[in-house]
Amino acid sequence: MRRHLLSAADLTREDATLVLDTAEELARVSRAATVKKLPTLRGRTVVNLFFEDSTRTRTSFELAAKRLSADVLNFSAKGSSVSKGETLKDTALTLEAMGSDAVVCRHSWSGAPANLSRWVRGSVVNAGDGTHEHPTQALLDAFTMRRRLGRVEGLRVTIVGDVLHSRVARSNVLLLHTLGAEVTLVAPPTLLPVGVGSWPTAVSYDLDAVLPTSDVVMMLRVQRERMSPTGERATAYFPSAREYARRYGLDVRRAQALPEAAVVMHPGPMVRGMEIAPEVADGARSTVQEQVANGVSVRMAVLYLLLGGAVPAIGAPVEATA
Amino acid sequence: MTAWLLKDVRPYGEDAVDVRLVDGRIAEVGPDLSDGAGRVLDGRGGVLLPGLVDLHTHLREPGREDAETVETGTLAAALGGFTAVHAMANTDPVADTAGVVEQVWRLGRDAGHCDVAPVGAVTIGLRGESMAELGTMADSAARVRVFSDDGRCVSDAGLMRRALEYVKAFDGVIAQHAQEPRLTVGAQMNEGVTSSMLGLTGWPAVAEEAVIARDCLLTAHVGSRLHVCHVSTAGSVELIRWAKSKGWDVTAEVTPHHLVLTDDLASTYDPVFKVNPPLRTAADVEALRAGLADGTIDVVATDHAPHALEDKEAEWGAALPGMTGLETALAVVVQTMVEPGRLTWRQVAERLSATPARIGRLPDHGRPLAVGEPANVVLVDPGACWTVDPRASASRSRNTPFAGRELPSRVVATFLRGTPTVLDGAPAPREP
Amino acid sequence: MTARPSMPSSESTPAPGAVRPVLQGPDVVRVVDRMAHELLEKTGGAPDVVLMGIPTRGTTLARRLAARVEAFEGRTVPTGSLDVTLYRDDLRLKRPRALEPTAVPAGGVDGRLVVLVDDVLFSGRTVRAALDALADLGRPRAVQLAVLVDRGHRELPIRADYVGKNIPTSLVESVRVLLTEDDGRDAVLLGAAGAREGTDR
Repeated sequence: MRRHLLSAADLTREDATLVLDTAEELARVSRAATVKKLPTLRGRTVVNLFFEDSTRTRTSFELAAKRLSADVLNFSAKGSSVSKGETLKDTALTLEAMGSDAVVCRHSWSGAPANLSRWVRGSVVNAGDGTHEHPTQALLDAFTMRRRLGRVEGLRVTIVGDVLHSRVARSNVLLLHTLGAEVTLVAPPTLLPVGVGSWPTAVSYDLDAVLPTSDVVMMLRVQRERMSPTGERATAYFPSAREYARRYGLDVRRAQALPEAAVVMHPGPMVRGMEIAPEVADGARSTVQEQVANGVSVRMAVLYLLLGGAVPAIGAPVEATA
Repeated sequence: MTAWLLKDVRPYGEDAVDVRLVDGRIAEVGPDLSDGAGRVLDGRGGVLLPGLVDLHTHLREPGREDAETVETGTLAAALGGFTAVHAMANTDPVADTAGVVEQVWRLGRDAGHCDVAPVGAVTIGLRGESMAELGTMADSAARVRVFSDDGRCVSDAGLMRRALEYVKAFDGVIAQHAQEPRLTVGAQMNEGVTSSMLGLTGWPAVAEEAVIARDCLLTAHVGSRLHVCHVSTAGSVELIRWAKSKGWDVTAEVTPHHLVLTDDLASTYDPVFKVNPPLRTAADVEALRAGLADGTIDVVATDHAPHALEDKEAEWGAALPGMTGLETALAVVVQTMVEPGRLTWRQVAERLSATPARIGRLPDHGRPLAVGEPANVVLVDPGACWTVDPRASASRSRNTPFAGRELPSRVVATFLRGTPTVLDGAPAPREP
Repeated sequence: MTARPSMPSSESTPAPGAVRPVLQGPDVVRVVDRMAHELLEKTGGAPDVVLMGIPTRGTTLARRLAARVEAFEGRTVPTGSLDVTLYRDDLRLKRPRALEPTAVPAGGVDGRLVVLVDDVLFSGRTVRAALDALADLGRPRAVQLAVLVDRGHRELPIRADYVGKNIPTSLVESVRVLLTEDDGRDAVLLGAAGAREGTDR
């Protein structure tokens, strides 16, 4: 029975805690060791299948796999047979033929890793699919919170920005709920999905009202292309970048309204001056750099727990279609 | 002279009789008819209905013969109990001229499995900019009466008004695919709780309902008739009920899949469940069933939409929307409406034969099972149980959402003008 | 050894079949004391020793040894723990396990005499894994091994420098060490295989 990590919902509380605890140990060992390489995944092949550009996430997974002595194959869409029209299915079958134990997949279509999981026998790790999910990002975010604030349970986490199009938001909402945190979403109404009322979160349009009671503020990237899906002004999600920054940007004044021990997080890349002021991004509260470093440990933990044994220790099964 | 004696059949599921078909007509109906000349078919108490008529099918020819041809599509139709299908115009080239509609009509006639009534496009190239030559298509050998840009919506209010007015001259009807384009940019599935979690752009119910409301009002204003394709939401059913209560000439269809399936199926990201309009919620499904039962929804139409494998074995966003349905339509209606007692067999004949024939203005189909009427009939075994196997389909395509599902009732025989197209649930051997 | 009725353990499931203690309470304390003296003797006073225990009970034992050495010699011996999970050669046989803590004492292991400490020495595979893990942490000048129990049946050329007790066993038997800090009492128990579930050394 194969196991994949396609959604943060694939992890029970025990699974998620196991990942975080394992990541903690791996980070410690990595600091102590002169040889930062573990033999655990020797002989395993991990394929990075990135249909969307992402240097940061791809190198994070690559480093994680290599530190566990796995063989890593990097497959990016540009310049490959995919750009010549090869389908996802054929790409998957090619990987199967080459014998991959895990496929780390980033794709611009929601659900692509789920489709992929039907055609490969190894474990599929979703590294970000469209506007659906990015489970390892949520794991490293939770890890960062736990490191900085000592726990996740009971934390008041506020997620601000383009929730509608954010896979980071979806994964974080699911994982934080599983781990017992309280989540509030803050965004203009146009950037909240119609179904958000069914999510295990509170919702507010007023950032200033929520900040004084937030232990964690997570700022989401606002994509310029979200100004309008059709390229026309008519269906823009907000009238101007200026108005957005004024109402939903975390500037210095707003950062001062946060509780003393609060932290500011951002999955990156940031648009300085838009959703976050440069002073705040670089301030003591900001965890942006740690998030990147923690990403490697967390991804090492995920790969170890999926591939390190006879069968995976975490994740949800997906049935193969014929 | 071709003659068939159908022994022990129950017209509309009522009392068992024998029915004799001679030279394309129903010649005799009564108990214990003598054998006479011609062949005999033992009906075994099966239900006899007028041949089913589909108001909404995609035969894909010309242009996408890899997905379906008129030959394979009409064979699938016959196996599903249909004696006539309306072939939608979104082919390549688009059926917006007499030339293309006559070609499709001829292909249907030559294949001989069921009658093909081509649907003409409302606008040239389905571009929604200017009216196609609707009159010429109506006068052609194909005698087009149903016009639709299906696949696309005739969204320009001014153009829709013109088209509704224009077809009055030849008793035509505009069949609208109701989808406000500005509310469905990049839409992938029903907008709701499921779409919010799956990260798929939503197709809100209001995008269908707003167009239906507008079109009903326009129809009333110009005194024309309107047919609403594949109604999918509870709100749409309410609007149509309201329009009918005003006495406006509005008819509506529902697909078998919208009577059964809901949007949570998208969470597998399997594009076999991707369709336009999308699968909706359980509340919508219930409203559609109630609407079909009380006649607000006049017909069941399959919207049979075959797709080549590579167009369905892909990421959800890259896959084409559509489901096959000719061979499973009647069985799904039996399972969802007849078995729970919401429709009688007589009403099934209304919804799947008489009314669609009337809307499409097909004089020889959907007729009563009575002496003198054309012998377009279908014999159904209501007690049969079968499992849907996509590989066993006569359609060239495999994209049925019912794969592996157990369905009740099976088409045993279909007769087109007195000649069997289906016998024993399989294509009838051609007479030499 | 006389057979005694099985004693309830502080672990959740009682051992099936006869389980007899080979060492109990004060015996264990004496054995550890002797090992501490041996360590001091062999290393000339333990000037550059680092004790690295293999979790879980190896770590406990390492701390005890350090305490006894301090009591006898007045010297504080740096003590840490070394998780071997990621270096095991039987990883592919079961699902991935949770990691145990690895803690390297201040001063590290480079150039030191590292004494690995474990409760039971059996096939030797755990120690082999520990040697690999240690090598990635640094370069000790030498490595020695201290175990409370050596039960024989080595599958690799590995031997201990300091042995608390040699207990010859058959493969159908199991050996289990209980320590007060972890289990509420000190004992070494010998029973039927399967009487103790867990890592096979």
